[in-house]
Amino acid sequence: MAAKTSDQAVAMTTPAAKKKKRSQRAELWRRFKKSKTALIGLGLLALVLVTAIFANQIAPHPYDGMNLMVRRQPPSAEYLMGTDHMGRCVFSRVVYGTRISLVVGFFAVLLSAIAGGTIGAISGFYGDKVDNFIMRIIDVVLSIPPILLAIAIVSAFGGSLVNVMIAIAIGYTPRFARVVRGSVMTIKEDEFIDAARVLGASDYRIITKHIMPNALAPVIVQGTLFVAMAILQAAGLSFIGLGAQPPTPEWGAMLSTGQNYIRDAWWMSVFPGLAIAFTVLSLNLLGDGLRDALDPRLKT
Amino acid sequence: MMEEKLLEVENLQKIFNTPRGALHAVDNINFFVRKGETLGLVGESGCGKSTTGRMIVRLTQPTSGRIMFQGQDIHILNKKQLKETRKNIQMVFQDPFSSLNPRMSVSDLIKETFDIHKVYRKDKERDERVLEIMNVVGLSPRLVNSYPHELDGGRRQRVGIARAIALNPKCIVLDEPVSALDVSVQAQILNLLDRLQDEFKLTYLFIAHDLSVVKHVSDRIAVMYVGKMVELTDYKTIFKEPLHPYSRALISAIPTPNLKKKKDRIILEGDVPSPINPGPGCRFYPRCRERIDPICKETEPEMREVKPGHFVACHRAE
Repeated sequence: MAAKTSDQAVAMTTPAAKKKKRSQRAELWRRFKKSKTALIGLGLLALVLVTAIFANQIAPHPYDGMNLMVRRQPPSAEYLMGTDHMGRCVFSRVVYGTRISLVVGFFAVLLSAIAGGTIGAISGFYGDKVDNFIMRIIDVVLSIPPILLAIAIVSAFGGSLVNVMIAIAIGYTPRFARVVRGSVMTIKEDEFIDAARVLGASDYRIITKHIMPNALAPVIVQGTLFVAMAILQAAGLSFIGLGAQPPTPEWGAMLSTGQNYIRDAWWMSVFPGLAIAFTVLSLNLLGDGLRDALDPRLKT
Repeated sequence: MMEEKLLEVENLQKIFNTPRGALHAVDNINFFVRKGETLGLVGESGCGKSTTGRMIVRLTQPTSGRIMFQGQDIHILNKKQLKETRKNIQMVFQDPFSSLNPRMSVSDLIKETFDIHKVYRKDKERDERVLEIMNVVGLSPRLVNSYPHELDGGRRQRVGIARAIALNPKCIVLDEPVSALDVSVQAQILNLLDRLQDEFKLTYLFIAHDLSVVKHVSDRIAVMYVGKMVELTDYKTIFKEPLHPYSRALISAIPTPNLKKKKDRIILEGDVPSPINPGPGCRFYPRCRERIDPICKETEPEMREVKPGHFVACHRAE
């Protein structure tokens, strides 16, 4: 939708108007960069993203390249983070693991944002009985601890990364639904919704063009924070053997293998653990910063 | 003046169910608006004038009564008919800060009216029309991609008006269109509305709490008090010989610039009665200086035509 708007803008633009169009985003950036922690978060996340994208170039060894001659070597110039019990380069595995964690976290959240957003929008917009019905179902789903729910789903459908993704998405869908429902209910009462109605706008138009764009800010903030939680959860599931299957270099799975050797090969578990902490921290910092920048009520 | 009645309201009633009882927001009011005229609807806040306006544009469902537009009851229309009718009855909202979607630019906001009704096939024609309408309401073309938060109140209200007139409606409900604006801007907007009325042969229902604003724009003025209409007549008569004690109090409250002229202000005492479960008598009874006991307390005065075109709901009116 953003692309469409800017196309229209180009079609009927004077230079002054063009400048204005940019200023809204500039304003957002100005507020965002006021917070140092948010900037650090963004920087760290950028680092993580670069690692994921250029994993092929960064990793010195293939993630599944076994070399039994160099089992459980401590960190050295050749193996920056040492090697594991099969002689695989821990550094390379951590680097490739970035891809997996980001993809799983991002898509799980995207999936739940779409599903939860739709459910929440319908619930908040129509209110009354529809709302009551949907929210009770959501209460039920929410009463199950997400990790338990994920374990149940993954054990029912078999352990794989795709199933982990779906299981996590199901866990977060009600959370998104709640967030979206809340903001839809507030926005629904705004006068510009009445104004659209008087013009003859349909419910569909009102939801998609008027309510959702205004309800997006909290969704983005929640989304960022949920990606962090989803990454943790995916690592947790892999740790207990329900997620990624060997030889996939998943951080949680690496931790789980590493724990058997923690006394004499601490690097096997410490580095994947640090990677998880690093990524989650960057997302959390970014999410907090975004919340401050996007929430006009905190605008100073 | 043409005699054709464009809009007719019959026994319109709106009761809200509140935890404390039935709130009679609008209670059995009757009036009509002739084609091309401006009917001013005044009253203090909470008297039901905005609810009346909202029912006319079908934002609020009446409890009972009919709203006839061109002889057609607008509350029994099906979806398609309603959409057609909406083209003809538009509304300008009170608060231009909240009645425009903050995520839409000026051009998006005006375009929307055409998109909803699929008026133009080609985007180019539509975009030209957007600029044309901006010109009509006095918005500079350089504002086309501005967002509402970048505009001042007057310009925002011009955008609101542009949206209202974009589809060439016959009737516009103006719900306190200037009360949220600075006094200097108020005059500009009132002049704009006046010019548009002449240019497009519009019919206005002008809702306001300020008689001095309504005075300048209305052909006839209706006064409401706690859900009831108490007086309805042309704009000259209401200022010269108001018959209802409440109208008299309202008119005496208009500030006059003449210092020498001694003003005889009627200060109303007591509070506005609650519209929840009102008693049987006149709503104005507790504050009325001219009440007659016991009739005013026990019987509600009906709206009567005391002189041609002059309606009053008061037991004293002759």
